[in-house]
Amino acid sequence: MTEPLSAGNPFKRVLAIAGNTFREAIRDRVLYNLVVFVLLIVACAILLGELTNGQEARTIVNIGLNALLIFGTFIAIFVGVGLVSKEIEKRTVFNIFSKPVGRGEFVTGKFLGLCLTLLVNTFVMGLGVSLALIYVNNSSLALSIWPAIFLIFFELMITTAVAIMFSSFSTPALSALLTFFVFIIGHLSSSLRDLASGLSSRMASLFLETVYFLLPNLALFSFRTEAANELVPTASMLGYAVLYSTFYCVVLLTIAIIIFSRRNFK
Amino acid sequence: MEHIVSVENLSKDYETGFWKKKKVRALDGLSLSVSEGQIFGFLGGNGAGKTTTIKLLMRLLYPTEGSASILGQPIDSVSMHRQIGYCPENPYFYDYLTPVELFDYFGRLFDLDASKRKAKTGELLTKVGLEERDWKKQLRKFSKGMLQRVGLAQSLINEPRIVFLDEPMSGLDPIGRREIRELIAELPSKGTAVFMSTHILSDAEALCDEVAILSRGKLAAAGKLHDLLAESNDQPRFEIVVAGADAAKLRISIPNATEIEQRSGDTLVIANRDSDIEGILRAARDAGGSLISINPIRRSLEDLFVAQTKTD
Repeated sequence: MTEPLSAGNPFKRVLAIAGNTFREAIRDRVLYNLVVFVLLIVACAILLGELTNGQEARTIVNIGLNALLIFGTFIAIFVGVGLVSKEIEKRTVFNIFSKPVGRGEFVTGKFLGLCLTLLVNTFVMGLGVSLALIYVNNSSLALSIWPAIFLIFFELMITTAVAIMFSSFSTPALSALLTFFVFIIGHLSSSLRDLASGLSSRMASLFLETVYFLLPNLALFSFRTEAANELVPTASMLGYAVLYSTFYCVVLLTIAIIIFSRRNFK
Repeated sequence: MEHIVSVENLSKDYETGFWKKKKVRALDGLSLSVSEGQIFGFLGGNGAGKTTTIKLLMRLLYPTEGSASILGQPIDSVSMHRQIGYCPENPYFYDYLTPVELFDYFGRLFDLDASKRKAKTGELLTKVGLEERDWKKQLRKFSKGMLQRVGLAQSLINEPRIVFLDEPMSGLDPIGRREIRELIAELPSKGTAVFMSTHILSDAEALCDEVAILSRGKLAAAGKLHDLLAESNDQPRFEIVVAGADAAKLRISIPNATEIEQRSGDTLVIANRDSDIEGILRAARDAGGSLISINPIRRSLEDLFVAQTKTD
């Protein structure tokens, strides 16, 4: 009776959950619509390019990469906050946790599943921008934008982790709002630091410094304008961004798992 | 026989209210055990605490007090869950999946290889009577009864040593109920014990070896169904039918009988003790009546259930 039971392979379970999350997202028609929508925007960019005297390629990159970030962020926020809460609301977690699945494995699997969705989504959108650039005879830019797209994906991973972390203890609507604030502040964090150093009030300065250190510095992943000017980020910048994103995601997911592990499912 | 489930003084409080939180005790000091190879019926009215207990055992809820173990392992052990199955009440699944995809997913969570997942999917879906043409339909198109069948089948995918079924007959038509009842009945012979909560007492009476009756979060009665019924039938009552005797006259001459009722020409008399029978027969003869029949009244599980849940 008390023979030791094997816990099995947790990585396989995480991958199974990630695979199912990816399948759910792909079967959700909203994702397809977004891809179509971005392709339409790229088409608009081409038309705009014709109005901007030889600046077609730059306009396409600017509109395309910004649209890619915005749509990716919307997916990360709105799908991310629903990843766990939808499973609780629809009571599908009842079946999952009665099986040999740890709550940490579940949260990690859901996160990786959405990251895979975002990877595919980002790739398809990036491909759309590249094709538009090839269409306007700028093949070199069509290739050189990919490091900037790579950075956008790592920024989206952080946004997803933030959304999951907030949704582990609050409602989807509030989680979406809070994640959106983090996204906005994260892009302004270097300005926050500048503001903190210029303030005379020690308390206000300390507060802004704390916010700067606690919230992710998403400006690190911003290379869109430079990419439009055919600049390419250095390997060290890319490496640092990847490490920063990974570290941030691990911390946020650990918090989410700790909170989620204490939840009762009535 | 070894205990496959042991519950010790298990309690659960829920907090209600937004500002001033109030505690409501849903389960109060429940202790019970389930032996290997049996079908255990967990009975109780609405809100008695049945689903709360099963959710505690499935680690969907954390207990306020007490402890429980399944297969000798604490309930929060992930590895123990490799050897148990669970079908929740009104099961909910990913509605964008087909039964085949759902079973493949759940099979992966149990680390089953691809060939075993495929074999188990076909075997179990056939066993619960789901037609092959429905295997590749999205679950959102399924009726409640079909989902119930899928729920029961998925709970057996890992060939569990014990399966927890929360109201397994819910949503099934009479034929479906009979099929599922037969399926549940054969599980112990295949090495799977059953812990089943139900409202349907006839199902419990037909299937269960042991039962526990829960009333308002507390254990009202527990034991072998046969023993519980025998205990409640310790002082059997009798139903006596006589012809040609007037009920009003008998009421005067038989003060010990609980019920005397005129029924289309015959009179029905209930004797509370077998020692009362002779007096009743004499009174009936004196009133000009003749005996038609005497039958012992055996208490059913329903009587026991009503008696136990009313006394609280």
